[in-house]
Amino acid sequence: MSGLIVHRLALGIFTMWVVSLLVFASTEILPGDVAESILGKEAPDEQIAKMRERLGLNNPAYIRYWNWLSGLFVGDLGVSLGSGREISELINDRLWNTVRLAAVTSIIAVPLAVTLGLVSAMRAGTVMDRSISIGTLCMMSLPEFFVATLLVFVFAVQLRWLPAIPIVRPDQSLLSSLTAIALPVMTLTFGVLAHMARMTRNAVINVLSSAYIEMALLKGVPNWRIILFHAFPNALSPIINVIALNLAYLVAGVVIVETAFGYPGLARLMVEAVGTRDIPLVQACGMIFCATYVLLNLFADIFSILSNPRLRTQK
Amino acid sequence: MKNLLEVRDLWVEGGPPGGNYIPIVKGVNFSVKKGEVLALIGESGSGKSTISLSTLGYARPGCRISKGEVLLNGEDVMLLDAQSRRELRGTRVAYVAQSAAASFNPSLRINKQVIEALTIRSLMQENEAIEHVVDLYHRLELPNPQTIGKRYPHQVSGGQLQRLMAAMALSCSPDLLVLDEPTTALDVTTQIEVLKAFKDIIARENTAAIYVTHDLAVVAQVADQIVVLNNGEVVEQGQTDQVINNPKHEYTQTLMSAVRQTPSTAPINEENQGVEGQHLLEVKKISAAYGPHTVLNDVSVIVDKMETVGVIGESGCGKSTLAKVISGIMPPSSGDIILAGSVLDGTYKKRIRENLKKIQYVFQMADVALNPRHTIGTILNRPLKFYHDMTQTQRKQRVEELLELVELPREFADRFPDELSGGQKQRVNLARALAAEPDVILCDEVTSALDTVVAASIIKLLESLQKRLGISYIFISHDLSTVAAFADRIVVLYAGRIVEQGPTSRVLSPPFHPYTKLLLSSVPELRQGWLEDITATEEARSGIAKDVSVSSVGCPFLDRCPMSIKGVCSTQIPPIQMPTGGHEIACHRTIAELN
Amino acid sequence: MITENTTAAHNVQYKKKKLNNLRLTPVAWMSIVIILFWITVALFAPALAPFDKAEMVSFESFKLVEEASFLGTDYLGRDVLSRIIYGARMTLGLALIATLISFTTGIVLGFAAAISSGWIDQILSRIVDAIMAFPSIMLALIIIGGVGTSLPVVILTVALIDATRVFRLSRALALDASVMDYVTVARVRGEGVNWIMLHEILPNTITPLAAEFGVRYTFAILFISSLSFLGLGIQPPGADWGVMVKENLQGLLYGSPAALIPAACIGSMSVAVNLLVDWFLHRSSTTIPEELVG
Repeated sequence: MSGLIVHRLALGIFTMWVVSLLVFASTEILPGDVAESILGKEAPDEQIAKMRERLGLNNPAYIRYWNWLSGLFVGDLGVSLGSGREISELINDRLWNTVRLAAVTSIIAVPLAVTLGLVSAMRAGTVMDRSISIGTLCMMSLPEFFVATLLVFVFAVQLRWLPAIPIVRPDQSLLSSLTAIALPVMTLTFGVLAHMARMTRNAVINVLSSAYIEMALLKGVPNWRIILFHAFPNALSPIINVIALNLAYLVAGVVIVETAFGYPGLARLMVEAVGTRDIPLVQACGMIFCATYVLLNLFADIFSILSNPRLRTQK
Repeated sequence: MKNLLEVRDLWVEGGPPGGNYIPIVKGVNFSVKKGEVLALIGESGSGKSTISLSTLGYARPGCRISKGEVLLNGEDVMLLDAQSRRELRGTRVAYVAQSAAASFNPSLRINKQVIEALTIRSLMQENEAIEHVVDLYHRLELPNPQTIGKRYPHQVSGGQLQRLMAAMALSCSPDLLVLDEPTTALDVTTQIEVLKAFKDIIARENTAAIYVTHDLAVVAQVADQIVVLNNGEVVEQGQTDQVINNPKHEYTQTLMSAVRQTPSTAPINEENQGVEGQHLLEVKKISAAYGPHTVLNDVSVIVDKMETVGVIGESGCGKSTLAKVISGIMPPSSGDIILAGSVLDGTYKKRIRENLKKIQYVFQMADVALNPRHTIGTILNRPLKFYHDMTQTQRKQRVEELLELVELPREFADRFPDELSGGQKQRVNLARALAAEPDVILCDEVTSALDTVVAASIIKLLESLQKRLGISYIFISHDLSTVAAFADRIVVLYAGRIVEQGPTSRVLSPPFHPYTKLLLSSVPELRQGWLEDITATEEARSGIAKDVSVSSVGCPFLDRCPMSIKGVCSTQIPPIQMPTGGHEIACHRTIAELN
Repeated sequence: MITENTTAAHNVQYKKKKLNNLRLTPVAWMSIVIILFWITVALFAPALAPFDKAEMVSFESFKLVEEASFLGTDYLGRDVLSRIIYGARMTLGLALIATLISFTTGIVLGFAAAISSGWIDQILSRIVDAIMAFPSIMLALIIIGGVGTSLPVVILTVALIDATRVFRLSRALALDASVMDYVTVARVRGEGVNWIMLHEILPNTITPLAAEFGVRYTFAILFISSLSFLGLGIQPPGADWGVMVKENLQGLLYGSPAALIPAACIGSMSVAVNLLVDWFLHRSSTTIPEELVG
């Protein structure tokens, strides 16, 4: 088992390294000279040349890559070209906002989704199951910006219960910050809840069709025990996988929601950075997102290994 | 004495939920007394599983009981409410499934599952329960009874798992035990020990039992009463002795004759034996390995024209690998395959089409050997197009001829594989092999997945085709009785080595090599009392419950052999002795000693 | 003579019943209607739209239900209905092109990886893994932000992201099929790799691949609209449903539903396709014991 886990960890590290290469390489294709963007196109050539020198832009690619990579390890993410501030500072604020949004959404969505999926599976084939299935499918199919705009229309404009544009300040009260993010959370929950519920349902149904479940039935084990002690341990792994996937999405893929609500999160930061050709910022954000993805997938993988006795023990 | 179980006029329907149900079982009647064992025999799809499950008040998805009564101690099980049904399961009636590996929850430790029926009803505390089942483990002759239950299911072998499932069923001392093909998936030698264990403990606890199976010889060992199902109806039932030795119904008679097969007494052509020169196919000193694991070790076999060579051995002995090497699916690590004098390349990719044509392969699982998206006609057409120069009309006619050869109606050319039964699919497989007009057909366990009667008909077909077309077969199987009846020569494989080979009659009577003896004695005979006789002998005792391990030093059969010579068998590879031409035995003991 | 005809007859009966299962549920019917509706609209857009997509019909922005304009005007005074009709072409058409591209590449590469299962497989799989390690939106951001927002770039970016998923699926399907005995039979016969892929493997992968096409198409629609919403996809004054949402966002605050209409259209199409795919895949009944259900 430990061999498997070490193998996964190594694979994770390798993937991260490849990702860092890709992140670096992709920013190379962004056209536009960084020095020019800072100083403006009309600036005299010598000034631009000097700026390029200062920023180390004339070094060959691999040297710049190495400098950047080694900087990451010590937490030095570089300096934002747009604002001149330390990137780590910039990211810090935004990161907390994003994490907060992701956390609140998860706390609401995950238990709800798993319960919904479980109930669906246990009532498989019935009208209730079919309706839940269709309902979740519709939820998943609607574009995020539709849900966002609809919710804004209903709750902010018509009903005036919640603010359309969340105002996020570090010194807010808890209630105030929660109301601020209520609409974004609702929008996000819509999508991830549906996906997780469906996957949970499939995983549990898969398990419930197994021979050992039938055997438990034939021993006279009551249904609740079967679900809890026989089915769930085996369904846990695929469910955790889906949750991990959705968590990663909540951190990295929520650009739409952040844009629609003007939420000061990490995804919007990256969009702005791309727009202003702020290379170091783009690279840093890119790495964080990918790292989140890779780490969460790694966690899900390792959990699968640990929860499966066949992989956990020797024969 | 009042009947423990009475089944009256039971009708079972099968079909997809929402679709139309058609009757599978039509009005079945039988009864079981306390302590009696009743065998339920029938082909797959005959509804016997459903009948047996009805005693637990249970029906699988896709089946339902439409009429009739199932009376357990006078009470109709089908009329009970959910709670009462749950209560009787495991306590008064218990079930032993066909596949223990699938019926144990892979995420829970064995003990936890075995004592579950006891603990959920608070019949015993956990410690008590564990002690109780460990005692059962003892009586079922499981190794390390104190600790085996602490493991997970995947850490335990198939035969042991089956006995653990029996312990699970017996934990609450039920009145009725339902055994659903419990030994079908096991090796012949493993089967014996499991059967014996079941029989002993059933007798000890005076439990009644319903034993569902299609294996008649097994039935003869354990059953007091036999019920024969065919076409959804009971065609015969009675005491075991009568049904086996004096069957009344035509179907039962066919069944009995299909099981009782006499070893081939084909005359041996003395001249051809051991002669160097042109043989049809020669396997010369083949060794094969999967990475570091050696699977075949120095195997040499000869096949002549119009001959059937049977290759026999337990699972893991390398017989399938041999077929793969011969057909070129797996290249050998050393040795040659020689076809009509010319050496074939190790892999099929490099062989010329002419040679590929001459050796054809028929697989065990007919379901996955036929592309479900192709019609039978398309399947048979392709080898014709590929190997021979024929016009479209010629091919069409040939397809019809082929179908006729394998005794299938010509309308089948338009059907899809999933419309055919298992036996019919296997015939199509054969037809496809014949389409190439081969010299040798490799039959890899082609009858192992089929019912007794169907398997017998396939063997008959193979024999008639051999006479008509002059084909040779390499017939691989773990079923000694089938091979014995069909093959002209037998090759006995153990752990990748040939331990004995020669003409069937010479190899089997009398058997020389200790392993051959063990195999022969493991085949259940269609007579009562065989089980008791055999387990008393030394062979069985030593053959029990060991894993097959491949060794490169000494004799592979060492740790199961009752006749091993200390110091010699563990270090030196057994020499090949030839009591008569064409008959080889690999053993350190002399012929006289083995006799 | 004892035949196996009983079981065979049994099987034929089953087959007949299986065909009956092709019955369309009301939900499936509804989905088909919606899909056909939008396809018609997209195909015959010029004939159906009352106004040109760029035409200003009124000086009033965000006027609801004018006499001339059925759905009202957008932020520039253009007719919303006409822009929706032309938008159908744009959004649905582009998504279709992207999906077709992603499917052909994904399937060819996926099959190749499965069949070769040597270093080709390793390399392709690693590349796909690396691409999939990026959140899709971010990847699109970087590529489009870097290369430009022209139509081909948008289509190819979406196609690339989709192709990775199609690759994974077709590779898995082909691997599953390639270990089947009927493939071994073909190999040992001497058949070439291409013949095997085309005749043995492909027919068995059509059903799941067809379903995946629906799923990927929906994704393409949503993704392209999302990109437009972010300003990275189709640029104004092009009529694309995503762009229309972005443009008319302000109108929400004035109580105008102009932004909701195109969003609802997108939703309707993707819901319909997903429901149809779901029906297609799950016609069979469940295999759970009845006692556990309900």
